[in-house]
Amino acid sequence: MGNTLNGWSEALVGFNPMGLPLGLVILAAIPLVFIALYSLTYGVYGERKISAFMQDRLGPMEVGKWGILQTIADILKLLQKEDIVPASADKFLFVIGPGVLFVGSFLAFAVLPFSSAFIGASLNVGLFFAIGIVSLEVVGILAAGWGSNNKWSLYGAVRSVAQIVSYEIPAAIALLCGAMMAGTLDMQQITLHQSGHWGFAHFFLFQSPIAWLPFLIYFIASLAEVNRAPFDIPEAESELVAGYFTEYTGMKFAVIFLAEYGSMFMVSAIISVVFLGGWNSPFPNIGSFALNDWTNGPGWGVTWMILKGFFFIFVQMWLRWTLPRLRVDQLMYLCWKVLTPFAFISFVLTAVWEIYVP
Amino acid sequence: MQELEKAGVGSVRVTRKSDKVVVIEKDLVTEEMLLAMGPQHPSTHGVLKLECLTDGEVITQAEPYLGYLHRCFEKHCENVDYPAIVPYTDRMDYLAGMNSEMAYCIAVEKLMDVEIPRRVEFIRVIVAELNRIASHLVAIGTFGIDLGAFTPFLFCFRDREHILSLLEWASGARMLYNYIWIGGLAYDVPADFNKRVREFVDYFRPQTVELFRLLTENEIFVKRTKGIGIMPADVAINYGWSGPMLRGSGVKWDLRRNDPYSIYPELQFDVPVPDGKFSDVGDCLSRHLVRALEMEESLKIIEQCIDKMPSSEGFNSRSAIPKRIRPKAGEVYARAENPRGELGFYIQSDGKSTKPVRCHARSSCFVNLSAMKDLSKGQLLPDLVAIIGSIDIVLGEIDR
Amino acid sequence: MEEGKVVSRSLQQSAAAYAVIHEKFGDALSAFDGNETMPFFEVLDASLWVDIALYMRDHPKLKFNYMACLTGLDYPLEEKLGIVCNFESIGIFPHKLAVKVKCAREGGSIPSVACVWHTANWQEREAYDMYGMLFTGHPDMRRILCPDDWEGFPLRKDYKVQETYHGIKVPY
Repeated sequence: MGNTLNGWSEALVGFNPMGLPLGLVILAAIPLVFIALYSLTYGVYGERKISAFMQDRLGPMEVGKWGILQTIADILKLLQKEDIVPASADKFLFVIGPGVLFVGSFLAFAVLPFSSAFIGASLNVGLFFAIGIVSLEVVGILAAGWGSNNKWSLYGAVRSVAQIVSYEIPAAIALLCGAMMAGTLDMQQITLHQSGHWGFAHFFLFQSPIAWLPFLIYFIASLAEVNRAPFDIPEAESELVAGYFTEYTGMKFAVIFLAEYGSMFMVSAIISVVFLGGWNSPFPNIGSFALNDWTNGPGWGVTWMILKGFFFIFVQMWLRWTLPRLRVDQLMYLCWKVLTPFAFISFVLTAVWEIYVP
Repeated sequence: MQELEKAGVGSVRVTRKSDKVVVIEKDLVTEEMLLAMGPQHPSTHGVLKLECLTDGEVITQAEPYLGYLHRCFEKHCENVDYPAIVPYTDRMDYLAGMNSEMAYCIAVEKLMDVEIPRRVEFIRVIVAELNRIASHLVAIGTFGIDLGAFTPFLFCFRDREHILSLLEWASGARMLYNYIWIGGLAYDVPADFNKRVREFVDYFRPQTVELFRLLTENEIFVKRTKGIGIMPADVAINYGWSGPMLRGSGVKWDLRRNDPYSIYPELQFDVPVPDGKFSDVGDCLSRHLVRALEMEESLKIIEQCIDKMPSSEGFNSRSAIPKRIRPKAGEVYARAENPRGELGFYIQSDGKSTKPVRCHARSSCFVNLSAMKDLSKGQLLPDLVAIIGSIDIVLGEIDR
Repeated sequence: MEEGKVVSRSLQQSAAAYAVIHEKFGDALSAFDGNETMPFFEVLDASLWVDIALYMRDHPKLKFNYMACLTGLDYPLEEKLGIVCNFESIGIFPHKLAVKVKCAREGGSIPSVACVWHTANWQEREAYDMYGMLFTGHPDMRRILCPDDWEGFPLRKDYKVQETYHGIKVPY
């Protein structure tokens, strides 16, 4: 079934005029880039407005109505800025760092199913790919931090690498629980396993009570993976000035920022796909009032996906503007002594549930 | 044997298996890195520079360097008249200008033996306590920022804004007031000032509770501050600590109580000292707690002052100001309880000049910060930031 | 103290504390200056200053555990520099006392009491920074507020500001 649904994107792969994979680039990659860009633009705007709301402020109000064009103005400003490479920096690493970072966070978009008819690449190891490719960010962060030749950047990079690599483990195990419930690593298939007439009741989160454990574990771990508070230790501005991107200005800084907000959306999308039904509508069919049928479909799918993604981004922001920051050792304690054991426990429990509970 | 000597360094371990076999284990050889924290660093609260020797995240030594904001206060004092020094004191501790002015005026008044009208004393205490709350709000907010909690900072600044408006209404300036003059005040307070202050007190009481719940009781906040940077009471006294820092170490010492000045003996208020239940006595959390609880006491003081204040009938705020301020020959050391501790002024007069021969400010932050080197030894980098935040430094007062 | 004048309680306490120190060190101290604003005595034999300091801190009747303030001073007429320290006893006794120590104006030195009160460490550095008297035995005798390569000692009465500092014109 999945293959027929993805026929659209499969066909694009075959659209290769003059031997160039134009179909894939123009019709599949570009919308994804736009999704990433919009998640940045409105992520940043939302972050400012939400934090302003939480802090009794107004936030940006000048550019456009309610300041909605503020981020665009910021991007224009960043574009015009001089592109500075510090004299004593390792130029190669300094330049490729943000690129690798962006590629790492953006590649995972390829396997995210945005609707029943739109997925960049329906891999049968999609989830594994998403988990794995995010680790590429580590390389970018390390390159940026080391290449800057700045002690604060180095601290940020080292902290970040330690943090991301550690938190990959509980995150991956928690996601495996979802994969186990679906019986596949294909993200489109995982989503399809959660569709049905009862809407939200088919979501993995509501299919089994055990799923809440990996859900929470993955959510906490994903905060650490994308360096959000209370785990924003790599860029802890009061300790490390700005962490690994201390020396970056202009467009390179914007790319790092884009990657950060991109990965925020990415982990939110992954958690929605694995635990909250991805592009499925949460509304149930009640008798002849077929709300679920009415709110499902390729177009609706994109809406649900993005809404769910933004919901988790909102929760991330909420946490960021409420909580103080953990210390490095406390962060590692949380990962290795709390999250990882509980992830294993939830893994076993899910397996038991899947075998013995119909 | 050189290897054995190095064993103390930490990267080499020597274990004796038997009489003949000695196992030497080497870890990764780590090098200490010199990390210049500041003068431009977000958590040094201005232009403090800490030169840290770090072994990974651990600070093996942190040496503070001062003077980036040195504005020659004491040199200026030798060249201007006594009343003209008042604005300079504002610029020392710019977060608590009223308190600094009050300390300076008390010193000169002690040297001159002037009788201050009672209403002046009440107004002074009200504005000083308002300013103390404002200063503690900044201290608590920035401490939160140092630990990564941004929202409490803005909550604090929102409330501080009300205080600044009140003080602006009274004095005409928001931070650098020049309001308390030697022997009096620049102006009487506006007619409805007391009413508005009372409104503020009523508004602010619930806000302190909110702040308490948002920041002080936050699990992560407690984890970050409890047991960090512990200073025992006797060492704290030996280091000359004062104010919330000393009280955080469990010493019940408040100049408003122990060396009373102005009308403080007539007022009822507690001196909060941590009891060791919620925090370890002497750690960063204790110092934060003292500040948080002190705001409540200041509110009490303000309320009492409003009740007891003599009416403004026939009152001239400048009536007691001497025509010519030329104290008799002598020297004085007078101090007041500032939000950051004891702010003392040593003033020497030769009895002939209208300028002091010597005017030395004993800055509370300067003395509190001198313990930094000891406090920071062996701490993690994030803890160092917490310790600096808990000392609540104002570089304007340290460098003067 | 003039005869017949009402003496305040704090002054009596200071006088009593002075009497205890005087008993031990005798001629090394000057007479007690019992003024109302800041009662003090002077240490005439500066070499005994650390002993006196330790005695003041540790004697069971004195217990001056808190050095509130250390101020550098210049006495151009006497050709001397000096410090004045304000002491009190936190939580033990209510007495307060100030002590003055002087040294020669050029190349003079005063024993450091940083080993007795840690707080003296920075305050002595500040006095050195402003007046240029050395504190012997100080663990870290450097300038603290002025740059290390600043010329002269700013608070001396005969201080002349340098013309340029690293090519920057100093007097404005």
